Amino acid sequence: MKLMTLREAIATYVHDGDTIAIEGFTAFICFAAGHEIIRQRRRDLTLCRMTPDLIYDQMIAAGCARKLVFSYLGNPGVGSLHCVRRAVEKGVPRPLELEEYSHFGMVARYVAGAARLPFFPLRSYLGTDQPKVNPCIRFLQSPYGDDLVAVVPPLNPDVTIIHAQRADLQGNTQIWGLLGVQKEAAFAAKRVIVVVEEIVDEAVIRSDPNRTILPGMMVDAVVHQPYGAHPSYVQGYYDRDNQFYLAWDRLSRDPALTQAWLEEWVYGVKGWEEYLTKLEAQEPGIWQRLAPGEAFSRPVNYGVYG
Amino acid sequence: MADYSPAEMMIVASARALAGKRVVFVGVGLPNIACNLARRTVAPDLELVYEAGVFGARPARLPLSIGDPTLVSGSTLVCSMADLFLYYLQGGRIEVAFVGAAQIDRFGNINTTVIGSYTQPKARLPGSGGACEIAIHAKELFVIVRLSRRAFVERIDFCTSAGHLTGKPGERTALGMPGLGPQLVVTDKAIFTFDKETGEMILSSVHPGVTVEEVQAEVGWPLRVAPHLEVTQPPSAEELRLIREELDPTGVYGRE
Repeated sequence: MKLMTLREAIATYVHDGDTIAIEGFTAFICFAAGHEIIRQRRRDLTLCRMTPDLIYDQMIAAGCARKLVFSYLGNPGVGSLHCVRRAVEKGVPRPLELEEYSHFGMVARYVAGAARLPFFPLRSYLGTDQPKVNPCIRFLQSPYGDDLVAVVPPLNPDVTIIHAQRADLQGNTQIWGLLGVQKEAAFAAKRVIVVVEEIVDEAVIRSDPNRTILPGMMVDAVVHQPYGAHPSYVQGYYDRDNQFYLAWDRLSRDPALTQAWLEEWVYGVKGWEEYLTKLEAQEPGIWQRLAPGEAFSRPVNYGVYG
Repeated sequence: MADYSPAEMMIVASARALAGKRVVFVGVGLPNIACNLARRTVAPDLELVYEAGVFGARPARLPLSIGDPTLVSGSTLVCSMADLFLYYLQGGRIEVAFVGAAQIDRFGNINTTVIGSYTQPKARLPGSGGACEIAIHAKELFVIVRLSRRAFVERIDFCTSAGHLTGKPGERTALGMPGLGPQLVVTDKAIFTFDKETGEMILSSVHPGVTVEEVQAEVGWPLRVAPHLEVTQPPSAEELRLIREELDPTGVYGRE
């Protein structure tokens, strides 16, 4: 049975010292999984994400990580990630090793990992200082001409966690909206956890196979966790809670306030349901505020053959 | 004093530079408003491309980030970021791209990574994102940055994105970089272009009321001034109306 609670999925598949990718570019960021990893006090993780976002800021503040592999270090549209900066600049709560790429470099690493290639070539990094500070970025002469291309190594996470609109009980997963690198990060991983807003019947998946990004055979655990991407967003389900992103910018500047927030909202709750209950108590109209309205796609005819 | 803000002047100047363009790679903040303004004025056929994997976006609100859901709804196409970087950017489909800069030098090389040394930074900045490869592949690169001595430096602390490198003619081509590199820098006080041969930054237009001396005071190297220095046309009433009433009605970016 692949259907698990988030607590079971993290306990079963995420271990101390693992390399973890929680992907989703601004959208579909599975904060529910990040919080559960913090609550289960995983340590020495290598955290991979193109944009570490608040989720990794929180996990790094909680002391879960020893290393961060990334390509853009910011609170998107707001400013800095203060907890990451504290770990890098002051070693608080513990030192953090950085391994830094560009977006294309991270994408290429996941593609190489998913395709089980020894490296991936890309035309990037030319003329820049980035290869000087990351020895994994190298240059290779084309075997077919004079072209010099950059190469990056494969990234194969022990566990990739993605959030999606829906999956069936086998783990066949559908996403619409920003696709990011979720498919590549999942195919690159040894184990895959999918967290969804809705569990649907297999027939729903089969009615629209072009929307499926992962077949169930790729997925080790399916977790049903509505609103599991708050304060990020899920296309068509809820909008980004930008007030939280702004509030985090203020409170995360102060280590004591950050720890107090983690105590109250992560360690102080049993799981995501209790987090949601607290959130709704604090702001009864939150889901109305974040409701995106309706813009349905027109159905297409796949046809019946045979 | 004119009744528009420095940010509005930057938005309008950037939008006008997109006249006749078809495909632009958009950043958040000012570039986003500039590109949407251009589509309503000088470049009605402009396709807005976002690095999150959106082509032909028609944002109904001011995007809060580079991955805002409003970029998806009503767009022409949404693709994976692998598709976006491999086929759209590296495939040479991007005509113009906007980037920002924490530091920029005389030849348009850009730092968005660290102030100070990489290992012991005075300030840790976001890093490349997609800027490093955008600067290599976009046919033209437009930079939006406020004019200040902190930003316009003789030597950048770290080269995140390559401009015209050391200024040797043909250096980018020799390295195998398909794009032309930085062609325009839009600031709150002036507009710069680049020497076609050497890639040196040239002051080509000052905004109304700004002197060459004021610009030079904010630039960390002896500035080359175009022989026919222009004064930037101030924003028109219609451009201001579009920004204030339609593109940034709450004044998130435009009023500073």
